[in-house]
Amino acid sequence: MSSTTSDVNVSYLDYKGKHSGLLGWITSVDHKRIAILYLVSMLVFFSVGVTFGFLMRLELIAPGKTIMEPQTYNAIFTLHGLIMIFLFIIPGLPAVFGNFFLPIMVGAPDVAFPRLNLFSWYLFIIGGLLAIASIFMPGGAPDTGWTFYIPYSIRTTTNVIPALFGAVLLGFSSILTGINFVVTVHRLRAKGMTFWKMPLFVWSTYATAWIQVLVTPIIGITLLMVIVERTLGVGMFDPALGGDPVLFQHLFWIYSHPAVYIMIIPAMGVISEVIPVFAQRTIFGYKFVAGSSIAIAFLGSLVWAHHMFTAGMSNTAMIIFSALTFMVSIPSAIKVFNWVATLYKGSIRTEPPLLFALGFIFLFAIGGFTGLIPGALSVNLNIHDTSFIVGHFHYVMFGGTGFGIFAAMHYWWPKMFGRMYNRTAAKTGFWVLFTGFNLLYFPMFIMGWLGMPRRYYDYLPEFHIYHLISTVGSWILITGLTILFTNLIHALRKGEKVTERNYWNGETLEWITPTPPYVFNFDKEPVVEAGPYEYKRNDVLEPALEEEKA
Amino acid sequence: MSNSTSAEGTMEHAHRDDAGSRLGMWLFLFTELLLFSGLFLTYAVYKFTYPDEFHAAAKELNTLFGALNTIILLTSSLTIALSIVAISRGQKYLSIFFQLMTIAMALGFMVNKYFEWSAKIGHGIYPGSETLQDKGHGQTLFFGLYYTMTGLHGIHVIVGMVLIALMTFWTWKEKINADTFVRLESAGLYWHLVDIIWIFLFPLFYLIS
Repeated sequence: MSSTTSDVNVSYLDYKGKHSGLLGWITSVDHKRIAILYLVSMLVFFSVGVTFGFLMRLELIAPGKTIMEPQTYNAIFTLHGLIMIFLFIIPGLPAVFGNFFLPIMVGAPDVAFPRLNLFSWYLFIIGGLLAIASIFMPGGAPDTGWTFYIPYSIRTTTNVIPALFGAVLLGFSSILTGINFVVTVHRLRAKGMTFWKMPLFVWSTYATAWIQVLVTPIIGITLLMVIVERTLGVGMFDPALGGDPVLFQHLFWIYSHPAVYIMIIPAMGVISEVIPVFAQRTIFGYKFVAGSSIAIAFLGSLVWAHHMFTAGMSNTAMIIFSALTFMVSIPSAIKVFNWVATLYKGSIRTEPPLLFALGFIFLFAIGGFTGLIPGALSVNLNIHDTSFIVGHFHYVMFGGTGFGIFAAMHYWWPKMFGRMYNRTAAKTGFWVLFTGFNLLYFPMFIMGWLGMPRRYYDYLPEFHIYHLISTVGSWILITGLTILFTNLIHALRKGEKVTERNYWNGETLEWITPTPPYVFNFDKEPVVEAGPYEYKRNDVLEPALEEEKA
Repeated sequence: MSNSTSAEGTMEHAHRDDAGSRLGMWLFLFTELLLFSGLFLTYAVYKFTYPDEFHAAAKELNTLFGALNTIILLTSSLTIALSIVAISRGQKYLSIFFQLMTIAMALGFMVNKYFEWSAKIGHGIYPGSETLQDKGHGQTLFFGLYYTMTGLHGIHVIVGMVLIALMTFWTWKEKINADTFVRLESAGLYWHLVDIIWIFLFPLFYLIS
């Protein structure tokens, strides 16, 4: 693990450590290598999740049975949710890009606890494999939905326990990553890197890390309690023994709502990086964008019961939770306005990362507004558990976080691998994906409003047209994904070589590292003097401004 | 930055930062408290719903056993703290002695717990038993929580024992020494957490009768 300085001034990809080949990767404590491990495993899980989503949509193309039995359908939507949430969206940005870029962006050679970091990845893999293995074990794949609602999750005979235990391990992996990031930000910032000089991706990952640390233990204990209920029948959630199933829902959402912000805040961080760089302007309202991440993290922990307006609660509680839900939208709106204001009068380059960032803003705005609708109590009763909700969270999670992940990939891919992808193909992929996305999820709002329940295997003929459009949309979306990923993977071997350090002209610390970064990231110790987006010597804007004055 | 470069001019990913390690440990302990908080919350809800039944059920628990275990755990917290003081003064064998004392007391706690649980189970009080069903909802939940919470705490005691055993081994190998003992400190913090959770479990289950 230790070697002299001259040995480590090579790209982390070429570094010859104690082990070589695959072993050199899965025993490496280098945060960049661990990030790549996460990236590969996450994309494998993602492709499984996409396949399940595709099959689900195919089943729904027409009323009645199309390709599978109802029980298979139940298992497929359960695993689609489990995989996408716990194995793609949650680790997508913090574990992959947070791991890779958080230490670099604060000017550190690695995270605070490199060995713990590797351990987190092992927990992640074991948890993920357990969740996948639950499909194949005798007893049948879990069919509870990713929410594991009581009482069904106690009564079903399917393999709920392996899936639950897998989710617990994934939770611990997430906690350990969170602790690592918090300590890294507090202890390893480079000289001159004050909190108000940290890049916004660092701010958002830092806010996310706190949520991971503070709420994930709750899901851990809740899922463990379900395991205890299933094996011993203690009765904590069982009305027959005096327990209360609604208590489970509270405990579940105390984690799972903040988890939504674990998913979205890092994506907002990526957008806050991409927009200033491709507008070549400093970000509008830096402190507000940074502070709004913390505000979302805080307020987002107080709104969980808006998932339960139909489950039975006092009116006072419902009104308070509804009001808090509306308040969460304020910091999100602050971000959106500041991004748009940053673009104003910027010298905009429509490179692929910016396209994804703009896609994020557009889709997240729709997802955000349709989130306010079920936040209103009276309307909630009407659309609770309908496909309106499915449409809403796919717009936020896929249109938001998913597009954020793709933006990050296209923004940092050359820095990570030293190869540039084909930009035309990336743009084409974006437009195909964007079209397919809206065709797939927008009809869900309409049919949900008209009364199509979520998670149903069969439906009335009047919903047929919407389901048909949606399924066709899923094919277009998958075509878009295929174009994007083929392009990125192709670039690893055949892409144009990039050695230029600052190929997008960014102002954050990752752009002063070699491309790809050295084993300890920097070839000289970084010292920070200016803020992250101060385009002081901007030669495009200033003449234009002078002209305007004259 | 300078932290990652050791005296010989070599670089490593893992670097020494005692304050950072302590910060990390405190955060981890906080997550452990939150883990238990889910159960404490459940306890609070059902104590509120079934106050009389909880009161009656608590009478069945043996306060003497509980008090004895409380004394054992508190004393073991003292010995682990002493072992840290000892190693900071370079007294290797004294530190090892105190660590072994801690492990011995943890073992005593578990033995006590074993007899206590077997007595309860012998009386037919365990989740799903007929005796418990006759006692009604409140008592069923009380004992359900009793087994779940003390069980999870017991698992933490065992983890703590394994951790301290590892520390003893490292102290013996002098990987933990007067200069570098942040690991022992962290293990000590963990052990205090195990202690403090018990401090709350004891009144909630034994003293509310």
